Amino acid sequence: MSNELVPTKQPTYYEEVERKGYSRRDFLQFVSMMTAFIGLENSAIGQVAQALETKPRVPVIWLHFQECTCCSESFIRSSHPIVADILLDKISLDYTETLMAASGFQAEEAMQNTMKKYKGEYILCVEGSVPMGADGVYCMIGGKTSLQILEEAAEGAKAIIAWGSCASNGCVQAAKPNPTGATPIHKLVKGKPVIKVPGCPPIGEVMAGVIVHLVTFDRIPELDGLGRPKAFYSKRVHDTCYRRPFYDAGLYVESFDDANARKGYCLYKVGCKGPSTYNACGVMKWNNGTSFPIQSGHGCIGCSEENYWDNGRLYDRASSFAGFGIEANADTFGKVALGVTGAALAGHAVMTNIKKKKLIRNLEDEGKQSEHELKS
Amino acid sequence: MKTNFLHVHRLRRVYVWELPVRYYHWLNAMAIIALIITGFLIASPLALQSNQEATNRFVMGWVRVIHFIAAYIFFFNFLFRIYWGFVGNKYANWKQFIPTSKKFIKEMWTVFKIDILMLRGKEHISIGHNAMAGFIYFLTFWAFLIQCLTGFGLYASTATWWLPKMFSWVPAVFGGDILTRQVHHWTMWFFILFAVVHVYLVFYHDYVEGRGEMSSMGGGWKFIEEDVFHDEEFHTPNKHDSNKHKPKKPSSDEA
Repeated sequence: MSNELVPTKQPTYYEEVERKGYSRRDFLQFVSMMTAFIGLENSAIGQVAQALETKPRVPVIWLHFQECTCCSESFIRSSHPIVADILLDKISLDYTETLMAASGFQAEEAMQNTMKKYKGEYILCVEGSVPMGADGVYCMIGGKTSLQILEEAAEGAKAIIAWGSCASNGCVQAAKPNPTGATPIHKLVKGKPVIKVPGCPPIGEVMAGVIVHLVTFDRIPELDGLGRPKAFYSKRVHDTCYRRPFYDAGLYVESFDDANARKGYCLYKVGCKGPSTYNACGVMKWNNGTSFPIQSGHGCIGCSEENYWDNGRLYDRASSFAGFGIEANADTFGKVALGVTGAALAGHAVMTNIKKKKLIRNLEDEGKQSEHELKS
Repeated sequence: MKTNFLHVHRLRRVYVWELPVRYYHWLNAMAIIALIITGFLIASPLALQSNQEATNRFVMGWVRVIHFIAAYIFFFNFLFRIYWGFVGNKYANWKQFIPTSKKFIKEMWTVFKIDILMLRGKEHISIGHNAMAGFIYFLTFWAFLIQCLTGFGLYASTATWWLPKMFSWVPAVFGGDILTRQVHHWTMWFFILFAVVHVYLVFYHDYVEGRGEMSSMGGGWKFIEEDVFHDEEFHTPNKHDSNKHKPKKPSSDEA
C-alpha cells in the first residue's frame, strides 16, 4: 500500500511530463516561461531545463489550515498547463487535503510515509494560518491541532513555503480582534527557512516560480527583509503600474464615476494601495496575463501587505488613527491638536501680559528712557 | 517721562549662535517647510484638470523631486548639526540638549513654573537654550531621526544609490510600507506643532526678556546684562566640564 502511494524511486520532472503526453516543445515552452518568471536571463533556460530533466521530483506536503483555498485555486490556474499537471498533480500524490484522492487513514498514512521516507528532503507548503486561541481547537484535522500537524511536518522539512497572506501574515482572520488567535507560520516554526509568498491569493505563476527555483537550484530563492522572494516582491505595484504616468502627471480619478475614471487616470486618490504594496501584479498580471485589479479600474487593496485589513479603509489613502475611531485619521487628529495648541498659546499670550505686566513695563520704560536720552 | 526703575541696564553683546548654527537653522527651516508642503501634496494631491496628455506633464513628479531633494538637504544638515554638537561653542554643545545633571532637571522645572505656568518666582536667565527648550530640541532630534529612517526606508526600494538603500530594513520593522508611511505622516504633525510653539516662544522671550531673542538667529548675538557676567554661576543648563571652555577674557591669548 505504502509503496504505491510513495514510489521508492522518484521520477524526474521531465519523465512525468513525457508520461503525461506533453511534447518536448511544450516542456521547453514551460521551461522558458518559468525562467523568465523567476527573473533569470535567457542563458539560464538550459540550466532550468537540465534541472527538470535530471532531478527527481521533490516530494511535497501541502497543508491547509485556516484559509479559503484561494491559493490552491490560483496555483492550478497558472498559465501553463504543465504547472498544474506536473507540479501540482505530483504534489497531490504526497499529501494535500483539497486535491488528493486518498482520504481518512490512507491520507494520513501517505503523509506519515512521506515524512519518514524523505526526511529532510521534502518541501512543506502551508496554506492558511494556525489558530493558537483556545488550545488550537478552531482548526483540527484527524484529531490533531494545526500547530501539532505543523510542528510534526516542519521537523523533517527541507524548506517551508508559506502560501498566501494567511500563512505569511495572518490575513483577515488575524484582523482585530483576531478571535481565533490566527498566527502566521514564520512565528511558529524555528530553525527552518520560511519563504513567504503573500497575496490573497498569490499569483499562480509566482507560486510555480518559487517551486521551480527550489527544484532548479536546490536552494531557496533570494529573500527580502520580510522573507519574500525578491524576484517577485522587490517592486511596488505602483512602480510597475501602466497607469504610473498619470500619477506623475498629477492626473487622478476623483471618484469612480467621473470622466477621469473613464480615461483611465491613476487611482491613487480613490485609495489605491499600489504605492505601498510589493507584488508582481503589474508585470505578470492575472489569468494568463489578462488583467489585474488596476487595469479593471479598481485600486489595489494591498492584499499582499501585512495587516492590510486593519490598516485603513479600501477606498482611502490615509489610514485611521489607532484609538480614535475609524473616521479619524492622522490629519483630523493633527488639526485638532493644532487648534488646541493655538488656543493654548493665545491663552498664554494673554496671561503673559497680565502676569508679567511689571516686567514688561520695566523693559518698556527702560527702553523709552534710553530713547529720550538720545538726541534727535 | 517718569522713571520708575532703578537703572538702565548695561548690556553686553554675546556671540551665542555661530554662523554654522545659523546656517543650519535656516536651512533646516526651509527644508522642513518644503517637506511639509510637498508631503501634504503627496498624501492628498490636488484635483488638477488638464487637456494635456500625461506625457507632457510631470506635476506630481516635480512635487516628489522637491520632496526628495529637500529630504537630502534635511538629512545632511541634521548630520552636520550632530557633528557641530561636538565642535561648536558651549551653546551648541550636545550637553545643552540631554538632561544629564540635576541642575538641568531643576532648570527645566524652573522654566516650567516661570514661563509656562507663569507662577511668581525669581526670573531665570538663559543665554543659549534654556533647559526646557534644550530638552524639546532633543525630542525633535528623535523626530528628525524617525523621519529620516521612515522616509529613506520608503525611498529605498526605488533608489539606486547605496545610501538610501541602506535604509531598506526600516519598512520590514514596521511590517511593510503601509505602516511606515503612516508613521512618517504622523511624525510630520509633530514638526508642525513644534514650529507653531517654537515661533510663539521666540516672540515671547523677546517680549519679556528684551535680549534680542528674535534677531539672535540672524546675527548670532544676544544682549546680556552686565551683572550676569559677575555672578559665579554656570550659564548653560548642563555645566561645561572641560577646562578649554573656561570663560576667556576678550583680549587674552590671540594677538
